Amino acid sequence: MNRRRKTIFLICFTILIIFAVFVGGAIIPETALKADFAVKNTAPSLNHIFGTDWMGRDMFLRTIKGMSTSIMIGMASSIISVIIAVLLGTLAGTLSKYTDNVVCWLIDFVMGIPHIVLLMLISFALGRGFKGVFIGIAITHWTSLARIVRGEVIQIKNEQYIKISRKMGKSSFYIMKNHIIPFVFPQAIVGGILLFPHAILHEASITFLGFGLSPESPAIGIILSESMKYILTGYWWLAFFPGLMLVIIVILFDILGENIKSLIDPYTSQE
Amino acid sequence: MGIQCKNITFGYSKDNILFENISFSVDYGERVGIVAKSGFGKSTLAKIIAGYEKPIYGEITVDGKPVSKKGYNPIQLIYQHPEKAINPMWRMEKVLLEGNVLNDYIIENLGIKREWLKRYSTELSGGELQRFSVARALCENTKFIIADEITTMLDAVTQSQIWHFLISECEKRNIGMIIVTHNMYLAEKICTRIINLEDMTFE
Repeated sequence: MNRRRKTIFLICFTILIIFAVFVGGAIIPETALKADFAVKNTAPSLNHIFGTDWMGRDMFLRTIKGMSTSIMIGMASSIISVIIAVLLGTLAGTLSKYTDNVVCWLIDFVMGIPHIVLLMLISFALGRGFKGVFIGIAITHWTSLARIVRGEVIQIKNEQYIKISRKMGKSSFYIMKNHIIPFVFPQAIVGGILLFPHAILHEASITFLGFGLSPESPAIGIILSESMKYILTGYWWLAFFPGLMLVIIVILFDILGENIKSLIDPYTSQE
Repeated sequence: MGIQCKNITFGYSKDNILFENISFSVDYGERVGIVAKSGFGKSTLAKIIAGYEKPIYGEITVDGKPVSKKGYNPIQLIYQHPEKAINPMWRMEKVLLEGNVLNDYIIENLGIKREWLKRYSTELSGGELQRFSVARALCENTKFIIADEITTMLDAVTQSQIWHFLISECEKRNIGMIIVTHNMYLAEKICTRIINLEDMTFE
């Protein structure tokens, strides 16, 4: 098995797991998460592999459902971030010095505020809940990617083959479509996938801090903050398994991003 | 009429002048060699004539009119390094398509193999790539070609192949050429006229 095939296999494998968690969480019915006080606070066993919580709910199902919500928020906000980043980055790189200054100022402005504080403010201002978290995460993650895209565009703009293209009478639109976007696109996709873990972790952390999703909704942040109350009493599985699951999903996205990067980068893709 | 260069002065700032008051003209069908020692600014002059750089003073006209910045430039420059002049993300056929020269005549006469068309630039050698650079500059709107050391890093066989085709094609279509080189033997062999920039003497 050569390296390219191994990379493709790894990519498919991670996508499969992430997809399984996402779909699995979506099809778990609310009734499966009913309180059942007969089995409250049981340790992990074959019946309940992640154990049960203080209301007798199965922690495995709760975790999967929570992860599913997180993946959805992560996915939607990465897509929005990529769109904003590519748009602003390309504008800054190709239009006038003035546009560049405005975009750079905007990037610095958003980056300058501590990220978690900004997220809390936006989420709070929009009335918390799903909408607040979603919008907050979607509009604060584009900055670093926009900066990368801008750098790439400025770099490629001075390449000889683009200058030659101009001298062959090609329009700016032709150059944008055929030279610049194909060059920036792979970076943007990889950047977007690598934003995923950030988005998920931020979603979990502001929910954990109580500024995010509502306490009834099955979310990793809620599960983790609830389990903090019980961890001292020895119910370690309430925090351990959901936390582990969160870490695993984040690492999977990281692996996915890195492997896709090595696959579409022309310098490593042929190895 | 051809290309007229009048009093071209260039420097990267006003107190750091690279060369001053260079004037010469190149007619259709001529092959003018430009010779000077390394670092004189031969390549920079080539870029100025092809419109990639703006001179501080002086102007370049084709048939008495200044070259428009928009649209196809009748003066095409072929660079010294083909690997920088070709987008590494494109297949070679797209490179020829961009120059509107994807036809059998050019492909066969430049010794381009069919299987190269499906490859990327990183999968071809310098000599193979330079054939594509030459082909791309030979669009039917081209009236002048500036060859900036285009065969310096190639072997003798490839050099002669490329020059033979380029010269016969330019003679056939009455294209004027400016050949920038520091190889006097090559210049004497292929040029109809040689300009030495160092003393601006005309041979």
